Amino acid sequence: MSANTTRTIKVGVLARVEGEGSLRLKIKDDRVLEAKLAIFEPPRFFEAFLRGRAYSEAPDITARICGICPVAYQMSACHAIEDAFGVQVVGPLRDLRRLLYCGEWIESHALHVYMLHAPDFLGYEDAIRMAQDHPEAVKRGLRLKKVGNAIMTLLGGREIHPINVRVGGFYKVPARRELGALIDDVKWALDAALETVRFAATLPFPDFERDYDFVALQHPSEYPLNEGQLGSSNGFGEGKSQISIGEYEQHFTEEHLAHSNALHSVINSRGAYFVGPMARYALNYDVLPPVAQQAASEAGLGRVCRNPFQSIVVRAVELVFACHEALRIMESYETPERPFIEVQPRASSGYGCTEAPRGILYHRYRFDDHGVILDAKIVPPTAQNQKTIERDLFELASRHLDLPKDELQWRCEQAIRNYDPCISCATHFLDLRLEKA
Amino acid sequence: MPKPAKRPKLAVWKFASCDGCQLSLLDCEDELLAIAGAVEIANFPEASRAVVGGPYALSLVEGSITTPHDAERIHAIRRSSRMLVTIGACATAGGIQALRNFKNVREMTAIVYAHPEYIATLNKSTPIKDHVAVDFELRGCPVNKFQLVELISALLHGRKPNIPAFSVCMECKRRGAICIMTARGIPCMGPVTQAGCGALCPGYERGCFGCFGPKETPNSHSLSTIWSGLGVGEQDILRAYRTFNANAEPFRKEAESHEREHHQDH
Ligand code: SF4
Ligand code: SF4
Repeated sequence: MSANTTRTIKVGVLARVEGEGSLRLKIKDDRVLEAKLAIFEPPRFFEAFLRGRAYSEAPDITARICGICPVAYQMSACHAIEDAFGVQVVGPLRDLRRLLYCGEWIESHALHVYMLHAPDFLGYEDAIRMAQDHPEAVKRGLRLKKVGNAIMTLLGGREIHPINVRVGGFYKVPARRELGALIDDVKWALDAALETVRFAATLPFPDFERDYDFVALQHPSEYPLNEGQLGSSNGFGEGKSQISIGEYEQHFTEEHLAHSNALHSVINSRGAYFVGPMARYALNYDVLPPVAQQAASEAGLGRVCRNPFQSIVVRAVELVFACHEALRIMESYETPERPFIEVQPRASSGYGCTEAPRGILYHRYRFDDHGVILDAKIVPPTAQNQKTIERDLFELASRHLDLPKDELQWRCEQAIRNYDPCISCATHFLDLRLEKA
Repeated sequence: MPKPAKRPKLAVWKFASCDGCQLSLLDCEDELLAIAGAVEIANFPEASRAVVGGPYALSLVEGSITTPHDAERIHAIRRSSRMLVTIGACATAGGIQALRNFKNVREMTAIVYAHPEYIATLNKSTPIKDHVAVDFELRGCPVNKFQLVELISALLHGRKPNIPAFSVCMECKRRGAICIMTARGIPCMGPVTQAGCGALCPGYERGCFGCFGPKETPNSHSLSTIWSGLGVGEQDILRAYRTFNANAEPFRKEAESHEREHHQDH
């Protein structure tokens, strides 16, 4: 037996993440040997049972992959199907989709910033305990979340698994006056989002930066939600800075590893990459509305942020964007003549990729001539970030091995929550296990 | 000095699910801090790092049983819970992932995963009640958050929750809404689906797709006849029953009958 001490630190069930996963750090002497994020969320086999279902069912079925970002699933599914059948949703219907997506971003970002992430920085187990000392902040977060939910409920019928989204548009579209009724709430939310940026900027951030390979949608004139080309901060080779959604699988591969029920996604020939708010911000700073750019600069953010702990500030800046965009759409909305565009199924393949709150969500379907799904592929954001999270953990733990176990563990958990990981999504994912061998 | 009354312990447990039903609790923005004041949130990993040991006054269980480990875990939860309530279609009927019950699981694993041998999974996705005694079932994919608040407060005060078992149809009628199936020929599962959503879909000019699962004694066969009359094909009827509550017995049987008829057609 060697005199060396190997220790393991394990976190059995990671808290304040969506879904079930665990973290395991293996440490020998003063070196981290391994950092693994295991996903033991049971597999639910969506891609398999989508086979044989009608195209029209895909938005509602895939929404059930994740209760936190159902709109993202509905949107990526609709876009992929419309791509296959050669239809484009434009005008007010396109605006309503963006508005619905803004609702989900506001709900999801407010939940993460105030309920899941801020307690880490302030040293609370949860937002309810945080509320005893910081009632104003928690109440602001809850009310912001509620405004996001109100937008989703109006457009979608309910906030979780909305029932009003269909291929080609909606079942029923709101009247101008119905959207008008929410305008004051969204105006309040925009102010609250600006306050959220100021609140987030005051949190204590560990000094931690890495040179990430950011991947996000890019759109020439708008901050991306539903549409755009895929951009990467390191490009795609051969001088290409962007690719089309249909080229996704030529550049990204999913790997299946023994320690996890989630598939790890890698960018070919480079490996780990980073999706989500920090990636979107870095690749789309120029198309943020001035009010969001200004809030970012007042919070001390540059055009690119490489400290994942500061993702909470970037998320807050995106809250400003989402409230601003929602307001713009609501104020200029004219009720469309028809709630949806008719689609004609055909034997075809289609690709869709939209910006879920946590990053790009890719769907691909192949159909027979009746629109029955022959096969489907879905790559959620957390599967794409998993490798990057493990790298962060490795680096972070290596720098902080001197910390007492409890503190090291909490710091690692916080590093995972930087990504707002959605484990339900990744299994289509977390437990900190620290192994000191 | 009298000791402050001990608050009952509430625990939230997750099995195979999308997290949507437990998120409903966090979506009670107006009630959340009050609920947190009235009970001790003893285990709710999605919201808190803090874990308090049992026994628990009330356990809310989300998700279905799909792995050998989970089939064990639910028994320990039952033993430490005075009341155990299932929330949502996954926990009460097996959920959308019960679609595996009608396919070969090894094949399905191979479709999603390059190394099926790394995956520990059962052949069927089953509801919690197949494994342990359940005190109350809350329907929906997802549950209705107002029903969830009503249920928690009723159970903690020892009264019967006001959660009707009649159909979505009744909710339309109470609202004075015109039936979209008779008036407009939109196929709707409202007559066989349990109430609770407030007849949401018909209000959006969409037929109910049964996310709250079968009502008490549903006449699914007669509804299928109406659907056929509206021109809905056998395969589409089959798929309608075989979605979010596919493994709930009345829906399972109705789907199977269309499977047979479909095979006889060929
Ligand atoms: S019943 Fe539906 S909403 Fe609830 S956890 Fe299951 S899939 Fe999600
Ligand atoms: S109408 Fe039916 S499908 Fe729609 S929310 Fe209600 S129970 Fe679910």
